[in-house]
Amino acid sequence: MDKDINITLKVWRQKGPKEKGQFETYQLKNINQSVSFLEMLDILNEQLVNEGKEPIVFDHDCREGICGMCSLYVNGHPHGPATGATTCQLYMRRFNDGETITIEPWRSAGFPVIRDLMVDRYAYDKIIQAGGFVSVNTGGVPDANAIPISKADADLAMDAAACIGCGACAAACKNGSAMLFVSAKVSQLALLPQGKVEAARRAKAMVAKMDELGFGNCTNTRACEMECPKNISVSNIARLNREYICAKLKD
Amino acid sequence: MWLLNSSIGKKLIMSISGLFLILFLVFHVSMNVVAVFSGAAYDMVCGFLGSNWYAVAGTLVLAAGFIIHIIYAFILTMENRKARGNDRYAVSARPKGVEWASQNMLVLGIIVILFAILHFSQFWYKMMFAELMGNHEVMLGGAAVSPQSGSAFIDYYFKGNIVITVLYLVWYAALWFHLTHGFWSAIHTLGWNNTVWMSRWECISKIFATVICAVFAIITIIFYLNGVGGGCSATCVH
Ligand code: HEM
Ligand code: SF4
Ligand code: FES
Repeated sequence: MDKDINITLKVWRQKGPKEKGQFETYQLKNINQSVSFLEMLDILNEQLVNEGKEPIVFDHDCREGICGMCSLYVNGHPHGPATGATTCQLYMRRFNDGETITIEPWRSAGFPVIRDLMVDRYAYDKIIQAGGFVSVNTGGVPDANAIPISKADADLAMDAAACIGCGACAAACKNGSAMLFVSAKVSQLALLPQGKVEAARRAKAMVAKMDELGFGNCTNTRACEMECPKNISVSNIARLNREYICAKLKD
Repeated sequence: MWLLNSSIGKKLIMSISGLFLILFLVFHVSMNVVAVFSGAAYDMVCGFLGSNWYAVAGTLVLAAGFIIHIIYAFILTMENRKARGNDRYAVSARPKGVEWASQNMLVLGIIVILFAILHFSQFWYKMMFAELMGNHEVMLGGAAVSPQSGSAFIDYYFKGNIVITVLYLVWYAALWFHLTHGFWSAIHTLGWNNTVWMSRWECISKIFATVICAVFAIITIIFYLNGVGGGCSATCVH
């Protein structure tokens, strides 16, 4: 049964990108465990507004695990202690009465803090943009199943396409590497015949953009995979290495 | 040049130099096995690998492998620290499924190279290097021996010497950690992995590291107890 719990929150507060931040401690009483983590923050913000204080800034949108807007590094884990779930899918039943919960923003040079818990993840959008478009033949709508794709490939492509671009991979990585994200985006297209046309160019362009933006070099620690809310596999990173090395060797 | 400029290219250099060092380890451990069974045969190998041009050339290639691996270890680590930024998490937890070794490769590598320096000063410096300097005898604890007599060196350093023996065992332990992650990571970097092979490579990696380090360790302990040729009974040629 869900109970009402009292918790202590240690929240990172930072006025702006250049400002020095620090932790603020807040007490919350009688939070029902059926409440979601973000609703708990809403309750805290309401309390802060009523006290005439600045509410805590944090990113969120869909609140159902599909948009990739929510972030938050909760008790040492991106997207909190749950596995295979985003912060918005995290519920207070994961926490106990009297617990202290530490909430931090993503900390990686690629994701500078905008304010409080909100970080700038535009770098990921730039990498996607560098990937470019996929060529399709114009004309009538093609018949369903006109292009044969093996079940195995279709499944792998779908799994890679589950990436929501949240940035937890780089946030979890001690090397500040974006390889899990980039490899998912390269894989979802490289695995399918429709994506093969530009596959080599796409891999080269996205890796070049990733390097240019200053993300780190992957050393296969697998922290990204363990923390990814969509369970993206590091085997995608092996595929990206393969695609990239082959593309470069062919040049 | 993508090999030098791109992250994946730099990783490729790390991977290939690492695999090259692994190949060398396999060669080295086989050579040690010889010394367990026969001092004479081991000295033959040492004579063969004395200051001949091919042995010197091989040593230079090996040194280049080490140097490239170490230089890139520092370049990659420095770039990664920069990418990580200066702000550290107040609370951080190593997620389940992340090997400790994978996050401490530089430290492990530095431990490996420090012990390797001790090892070179004990053996290579007094063997191949002494010969290259034109010395046909080197002093080992008051006795003059040929720099090609590897067995005399082993007996001198290891037999009954617990300190050196333990130091070498610590060295193998660091190497073991480095290899359990390094082996599969190098394969992964080459792109030679998928969802099925992931766990297989990790398993092969552990077995490989364990076999290499265990053989090194067992041989070292035999040298400590019985000296060269200690693997077979006293009837063996010594
Ligand atoms: C006999 C000695 C050594 C062997 C067999 C060896 C082997 C390897 C292998 C196979 C890798 C994996 C490469 C990859 O992930 O693609 C690796 C990674 C690494 N090695 Fe070594 N290594 C040795 C010595 C050293 C030394 C002396 C240092 C440093 C001073 C070092 C530092 C590193 C670092 C930092 C990595 C991780 C880099 C990365 O994955 O990007 N290693 N090593
Ligand atoms: S790979 Fe996972 S952690 Fe990284 S951006 Fe995509 S969903 Fe988020
Ligand atoms: S708010 Fe959309 S994924 Fe969490």
